[in-house]
Order: sequence, then structure tokens, then C-alpha cells
Amino acid sequence: MSTTPRRDAAPAREGAPVQRAGRKRSSMAKAEQRAGLTLISPTLIIVLVMIVLPILWTIMLAFQQIRLLNLRTAGILGNYTISNFTEVFSSPGFLEALLVTLVYSVAGTGLAIGFGLIAALALRKPFRGRTLVRAATLIPYVAPIVAVTFVWTTMLNPQFGIVNHWGTQFLGWDQAIPFLSERQRDVSFLGLTFTVPTALLTVIAFEAWRSFPFAFLFLTARLQAVPASLDEAARVDGATPTQRFRYILLPQLLPTIAVLSVLRFIWTFNSFDDIYLLTGGGAGTEVVAVRVYNFLISRGDIGAASAQALVLAVILAVLVGIYLKFFAKKEEVS
Amino acid sequence: MSTEIRTRRERNAVAAGRPWSRDRVETLILTWLRWIVIATILIVTLFPFYYMLVLSVRPISSLLQDPGALWVSAGEFNLETYTSVLQSPSDGGQGFLIFMRNSALVALGTVVVTLILAIPGSYAISRLQFFGRQRISALFLAVYLFPSILLAIPLFVFFTRIGLRGELLGLLLVYVAQVVPVSIYMLRNYFETIPISLEEAAAIDGASRFTIMRRISLPLAMPAIVSNGLYIFMIAWNEFLFALLFLVESRENWTVSLGLSQLAGSIEIPTTVLMAGSVILTLPIIIIFFAAERLLTEGLTAGAEKG
Repeated sequence: MSTTPRRDAAPAREGAPVQRAGRKRSSMAKAEQRAGLTLISPTLIIVLVMIVLPILWTIMLAFQQIRLLNLRTAGILGNYTISNFTEVFSSPGFLEALLVTLVYSVAGTGLAIGFGLIAALALRKPFRGRTLVRAATLIPYVAPIVAVTFVWTTMLNPQFGIVNHWGTQFLGWDQAIPFLSERQRDVSFLGLTFTVPTALLTVIAFEAWRSFPFAFLFLTARLQAVPASLDEAARVDGATPTQRFRYILLPQLLPTIAVLSVLRFIWTFNSFDDIYLLTGGGAGTEVVAVRVYNFLISRGDIGAASAQALVLAVILAVLVGIYLKFFAKKEEVS
Repeated sequence: MSTEIRTRRERNAVAAGRPWSRDRVETLILTWLRWIVIATILIVTLFPFYYMLVLSVRPISSLLQDPGALWVSAGEFNLETYTSVLQSPSDGGQGFLIFMRNSALVALGTVVVTLILAIPGSYAISRLQFFGRQRISALFLAVYLFPSILLAIPLFVFFTRIGLRGELLGLLLVYVAQVVPVSIYMLRNYFETIPISLEEAAAIDGASRFTIMRRISLPLAMPAIVSNGLYIFMIAWNEFLFALLFLVESRENWTVSLGLSQLAGSIEIPTTVLMAGSVILTLPIIIIFFAAERLLTEGLTAGAEKG
């Protein structure tokens, strides 16, 4: 039922502009033009006023010496200067924040997609209760961020957190590990000692836990669209399960993985809530978004905060631009 | 069905008297691995929520005595944490009932206003030819991906100036602007799947554009509109950054998210009481999610399958 009308619809839509070229149609086209603009304009206005104008205003603020205290007296036509940017780049901690942001986003994105892929593959074949397991998998992603960060901080609490309790009881830890407030620690493994950034690894683990369901959801949808005949043909030809994954499934999933990487990277790069709520940006986890917030609220330095937010946005745009230019093209070719 | 198929390699292996072909070994390992993975997924995703629920009904003293307990004994089970967290501060509670009212007001308001804007907007983008249509779509997509911390500064400054900071209305406006592009994008995808010939038939019968929208397109798009509304509700209910920026100084207007995050730092309030608060914050979302899981996941991936 749904396919037949669709077939009629396509030529009708394609034909429409041709008809419109005629003069008789022009009044109808004009009416459509007017109707379209009327219907979209309320949305357009609110998006322009609440999003586009503020972004432009951020750019102006970044070049002005504005603090929360002199906000009411400062005008639009204040003195423009680049001192905010020189201050930001020369201030201690900015480059470190940038590096932390990058490590956090790359590791968080990679782990989330990796776990999402494993979960999607494990839940591919139907079994009793699969629907329920699938739904349960999505809960970390939809649950309120404040609630989940609160549970995590409680679980990781050095005094009464369950992780440290079990770690000291059963895993032979000498003492409780302050996961969210310790900058780094030495870990011995196979006789070698490594220095690991404890808090940063913890927030990355949280990010992976929180956002792997998103990757899982998209990859599951893509897996369902892979024709079963491909898999069966490979099976008959004697391909083992890992070979079938490597040569049949993975190429099918790659475009989805590419889109996911971009989306997740953008969101993790900008994310503020997770780290602010878990560590407040302490213990070597200060990402740029948290730093912007601290400049805005704690220091009341609107100019410097805007300058950093702008640098964040520009770097993000450049990274995504590079990705789209070099990697998106490759994919088309292959 | 598929297990009946004996692969060439397997047949050769059996014929040669080698039962342990690579295929069999891999299949065996992966079968086991699969169940281990499924069990791990369930534990990892659900345990924090189970822990939340358990702590919310235990008194703080028993938590400090035995932090490793995984269940609640009958003796320590009590719901005082919930009354304590819900009561207003004047009665010695934390006032979560008021926070819930605020969250509900903002979230429902956002849903209503966004849908009023997004339904006609998405209809226009999917159905009508008008100047700048492509550019408006592109703008909305760009907005969707934009860092919200960049918006936070000017909006904070702007709302401080016009005196709307600290008001729920200001927050609502920001939420609407943030979700309306996503909403339009999702609804547009759905409108494109509705055959246009239905509308054309109505137009031939003399129905006006408005009548067509109201009598034909709207009822057909209802499933998408409902799931879209739920999705917006979840975003608005969960939102934290703008609530923090705008409302932090006016406690009577705190949302549940903001309230929990602000009280989490204080030493006087027992963790178990706040755990009850996080159950209250999470529960509406879980209920909505399970009630409409299929609708929501379809809506979420609707954009993905096109690419």
C-alpha cells in the first residue's frame, strides 16, 4: 500500500518546477512562496534571535574588554582589542586544556564507538528478551546527566563508594583510589611502572559508558539493513565468523562509523556537563568548555571567556573540515 | 535454518578427519563470547541504576557501616529519604516537589511551543517551494551541531541585561531555540515519507492549504509528532548547563537537575537522601523511554539511515 502512492508522488514532485516555469502557474508559485515563508518565519525568527545573533555577539564580545561588573555600562561600540586572545594564549593552562579536550574527545569517541559496535554485534541474532536488553542498553544515554554523574561520584567515593570498597576487599588494593580527584598515579604492570592520569581516565570511561548506546543504536539500525544473503554467500564459500566480519560486515558499517565519529567527536569536544559534574574541571580534567564557564562565572571575565569559546569553535570547525575534506572523499572512492 | 548449511571448509575438515577447523573454533569461541558480552552489557548499563535505587531506600548510617551491600535488608528499608527530599525547606526537606513542578513546567512548555513552531515549519520545508528553503535547512543543521557553551556567554549577558535571568520563561525560550531545529529535522524526514498524492487529491477537491495541513498531513504525522514531543520533553527535563547559568541564584526556580547538582556538594544532606532525589529525577525519563521505546529509537535513527 505504501509503495504505490510513493511511485506516483515522485514524478509529480519532479514535474512541479517545470510547471512553475509557465506564466499561468506563477501566481500559484507566489502563493506557495508566501505560505512557505509564513510557516517557517516564527521558527526562523526565534533561531536567529536566540542562536545566530548570540553567536555573532560572542565574536564581538571576544574583542572587547568586558567584565561582569561593567556589563551594564558597556556599549555595543566599545573599544575593540585583541588583548583577550593574547591573554588567553599566554595564560597558563589554556594549551593544557586544549590537549585534555582533544585526548578526552578522541578517546571518548573511539571507546564509545568500539563498545557500541561490540554491543551491536552481540545483540544481532535474536534471542528471548533481546528487545528488553536492547532497551536497557540505551538507558545510560537517555538518563539525566546529573543523576548518572551523581551515582558515579557516589560509586567512586573513596570513603563509602562501592568500587573502592570492593577493590580493597577483593582486589587487594592497598588503599582507596580517589578516582575523581587524583591527577595521576603510578601503576605497576608486569614489572613495569606507568604513570596514568587517574581522573582523566575516569572521565573518559564515563564518557564511553554514557555514549556507547548512541553508537550502538545507529550501528544496530545499519546492521539490520545489511542483506542476509551477503553473509550466507560468504558462509557457503567457507568464510569463518571473523573473516565474515572483516570482509563483509565491516565495509558495510564503515560509512555509519564515519558519520558517528564526526557526530560524537563534535559533541564530546564541546561537552561541558559531564566533566563539570564529575570533577568540576579539577585534577587535570579541565576541558575548554569548563574553562570557559569558570572564566565567565568565577572570574566574571566575559571577554576572555568569549575568546576561548571562539577558539574552541574555530578549532572544532578546522578539525571537522579537515576530516570531511580528506576522509569523506576517500570513502566515496572506495 | 542457517546452522544447517555446512560450509565447504567444514565438509573438507570432516572428510579429512580434522574436526577442529578454524571455522568451528571461532564459532564456538564467539558463541560463548557473545553471552559473556551480553551479560557484561546488562551489568554495566544497569548496575549504576540498581545501586541508585538501593541507596535511596537505605539509611545513611547503614551505608557507612556496610558500603559493599548489594541489597536492602528488611530492617533497614525505609522511605524517609523520599519524604525528606520532597518536603519543602520550611518543613526541613530539600524542596524537590517544587523543583519537579519547575522542571515539568519548563519541559512541557518547551514541548508545546516547539511543536507549535516545528509542525508548520517542517511542513513548509518538506512540501513547499520557497526562496531560501535549502539555506534555512542548512542553517538549522549547523545550529544543531553548534557548541552550546558558545551560546551560553551571550545569552547569559543578554538575559542579565533584560532581567529575564532567574526566570523560567527565559530558560524556556532558550530551550525552544535549541530544540526547534532538531525537531524540524526529524519531522521533515517523516513528512517526506507521506505520499504527496494524498494532499494533491485533497487540493483537487478544493481544500485550502490550511485545511490540507490540518485534516490530512497532521493526522498522518501523529506518530512522529508524539515521539518528537517525548524526545523534546526528555531533552528539556535533562538539560543542565543553561539551568545552571540562568537559575542558580533563585532557588525557588531550580529544576530537579539543578537542585540535585547544587545540593550534591553539601555535607549536611545525606547521600541517601540525594539518591532518592536522583531516582525522582530519573524515573520520569525511564517511564517515558520504556513506554515509547520503539517510537523513540525509530525517530532517533530516522536521520541516520538516509546517509
